Amino acid sequence: MTSPAPTDSVPPQLSAGPRPATGPAADEGLARRLRALACTAPLHDLDARKANLAGEYSVYGMAEIALAAIDLVTLNMDFDTGADHDQIVARLVPRVAAQAPRRPAAEHERVARWVLENLINVGSVDRGFRAVYGTFDPDGTYVRRDYDFKLLEEVPGPGGTVYLRTTDEAVNVLVGALDTDVTSAQIAAEVKLEVLISRGRLADAQLAAEQARYRTVQYSETLRKALDATRRNVRAVDWLHAVPDMIAEALDHVADRYRHENAILTNIRKARDESEDPEHKRRAAELVDIVKDCIRRHTQLQSRLLEAGPLFRAEQDRQAFATPLAASGIDLYGHLLAPVLPLPLEGALRVTDAFFAHGTGLRTPVSVRVGDLVDILLTPPVEREHLGAEMPEPDLIATPDDSRFSEEQLAAAMELLDLPHDAPRRLSGLLAEARATGDPDLAYLVALLAVHAASPPVGTAYRQGERKLLFAVDDGTELDDPEFGGADLIVGTALLDAAGMAADRTEAA
Amino acid sequence: MTEPADWSEPEPSGAAPAAAAVTPADAADAARLVAFGLQPKLLPARDQEYADLLRRYREDPPFARLADAVAAGLGLVVLEVSPRAGMAVTAAEDSVFAVRMGDYARRAAADSGDRFLHGLAHLAVAAMAFPRPEDLADDGYIGRVTVNGVDSFVRQACHRLEERAAEQGENTDPVSDAPGLEAAWRIWARRSAAGATKDARRLPGSTTGIVGKAVAFLTDSGFLQRTGDEHGGTYRTTARYQLQVRDLAGSAALAELLELGVVPVTDGTPTLLPPEDTDDLDLVADAGLPFHSA
Repeated sequence: MTSPAPTDSVPPQLSAGPRPATGPAADEGLARRLRALACTAPLHDLDARKANLAGEYSVYGMAEIALAAIDLVTLNMDFDTGADHDQIVARLVPRVAAQAPRRPAAEHERVARWVLENLINVGSVDRGFRAVYGTFDPDGTYVRRDYDFKLLEEVPGPGGTVYLRTTDEAVNVLVGALDTDVTSAQIAAEVKLEVLISRGRLADAQLAAEQARYRTVQYSETLRKALDATRRNVRAVDWLHAVPDMIAEALDHVADRYRHENAILTNIRKARDESEDPEHKRRAAELVDIVKDCIRRHTQLQSRLLEAGPLFRAEQDRQAFATPLAASGIDLYGHLLAPVLPLPLEGALRVTDAFFAHGTGLRTPVSVRVGDLVDILLTPPVEREHLGAEMPEPDLIATPDDSRFSEEQLAAAMELLDLPHDAPRRLSGLLAEARATGDPDLAYLVALLAVHAASPPVGTAYRQGERKLLFAVDDGTELDDPEFGGADLIVGTALLDAAGMAADRTEAA
Repeated sequence: MTEPADWSEPEPSGAAPAAAAVTPADAADAARLVAFGLQPKLLPARDQEYADLLRRYREDPPFARLADAVAAGLGLVVLEVSPRAGMAVTAAEDSVFAVRMGDYARRAAADSGDRFLHGLAHLAVAAMAFPRPEDLADDGYIGRVTVNGVDSFVRQACHRLEERAAEQGENTDPVSDAPGLEAAWRIWARRSAAGATKDARRLPGSTTGIVGKAVAFLTDSGFLQRTGDEHGGTYRTTARYQLQVRDLAGSAALAELLELGVVPVTDGTPTLLPPEDTDDLDLVADAGLPFHSA
């Protein structure tokens, strides 16, 4: 109340009383805080309203479940889509169950769904929330304003599905005081993380890493919106400065973070492997997962950034370089849509009503003759053919089995080649044994398999976690055989370290 | 159910004295041509009789006048008569054929916010189908729209307005209890884009539901053709839609806008040559004006 409000005009002075607000700027700050406060209201409201639910639900901490739900949705939000309803409920249920382990599972799921639906606010038309707060206008009059916000919003996904996304408001409620520059906030978090790790404070490190991930998600969300706009129309987006700058900035950001996070990853891995305390080990392992997820999101962001340039050029070709026609007529966007949107509803309504009345075409009114009506009403409903027309029996032709060897022959050959790992054998001996069975083709198959084993599919065996692998080596001995020529290969079985490979694979993933 | 063509049966007696050369058979033919025009999904190329009547309209001026008179008497406006669009007629204001918002969406009758959303959906579909003035002027142009595309297109425009308001430090939160004064873009922005329903259909009150209803309705009007299911449903425009938007809807809405005192800056000159620097100037609503050819 100290600084005089510069906007004070003369008439309000008559009221003589001190102005409650010290000027528009202070009031603006108050309004911002009121809005921030409003975002938490739906969470408090959940706990207040749980008493109204049919049943005894006071054991559940609804606000806690709600925050967990917002967490889950944020973390499952991908670049293109959002999080799936059922998936969120499924992941939420364990926490609900932990709050009241003796209650039936159906009730747990019901509570999870109730919380999720209330965060979306399914009951309202807008599927959002509204808070009313008051501010002072520059001329000193007190006005009440509506603040509309959403916490979780539903967006259309591919194939007509509906996904959940957290809104900026929700992220702000969740992480708190995020009204800062995204990039710098992230840098701060990274630095904090490194310091924490170097001091061995892993519990705090995990918190910081999670915050870093929220910011990463928020960052990619901003970019996704900008790229969408570009696809829609080139000239609506400033491709001369703003977008290239943003893309360059984002690429720098990705490169920077990538380097940074890989360094962190190495550090935490070391911490994980060197730490004696099992609790530290577990936390470090979780941290590795989080940082890996961050890196995955960065990579996704980067590939999207690289597509942006070609997309712009293709759209520019289509939109700007086509042969110019006689440009006359109405620019529907520039002349109608864009000017209508900022108008107050009353005015905008007149324009859209006019467009609707003249733009929908015609409908031939249905008129029914009484005679027809009687007939129509008395006609029994047509039986619907649920199954549709009968499918014609497909005319199948049996294709002749042209395989060179039968399944039995293969089984016999594999049995012959099932060698103990410490006793490799010569191909000549195997061939003789195959011939002894009396099947002339079997020797041929054995020879083929042995030659194939000269270049064993190590990569496949590794990926599939095989326990052993057939191999063949040429030691220079000539094969003395009536049917086959070449080297008398040494055929053996190598044992593979399946457990070690599995560990390696998860590490690499 | 009777064919609308039956209604025009009194026509011959009214039209016959006017021109001696016109026979009742001519009047019947003219009325039949209008009746074909009333079936917007019918293509002249698919119907021999329709095609014959169209040719007669183009080659026989007295017959053309007769057909125009029949249409006018029924409360129809003839937009174009051509092999590509057929007998493109549309309902005049207050005609029995006109579509009323109250019949279109029941909620819209009671709630001005919903009425605006439905109207805006139609405007946005047209704006996305014909993004540049050239597209609207070019007879050969076929526009493509998707339901989700229209929604995000409008959302983007709303988002830009929101950003600009934030830049200027305005408080755009509307004043309570004065719904008519709320900025129009906010109504779209705060409505949810989609919603889960029990039967996996689109939530009718969501913006994609509203756009979906608009495109389905336009498809029934013979204005759009469905081409696929991607992005909430993809559609392409027909010649009739272009005519309807260009000759009727666009100008009607623009007239209303001018009456409100909002003059889009580029208007007023007959040619729509873009002023060189408009894009960089802070032209109120056109700061994001995207579709001017350079």
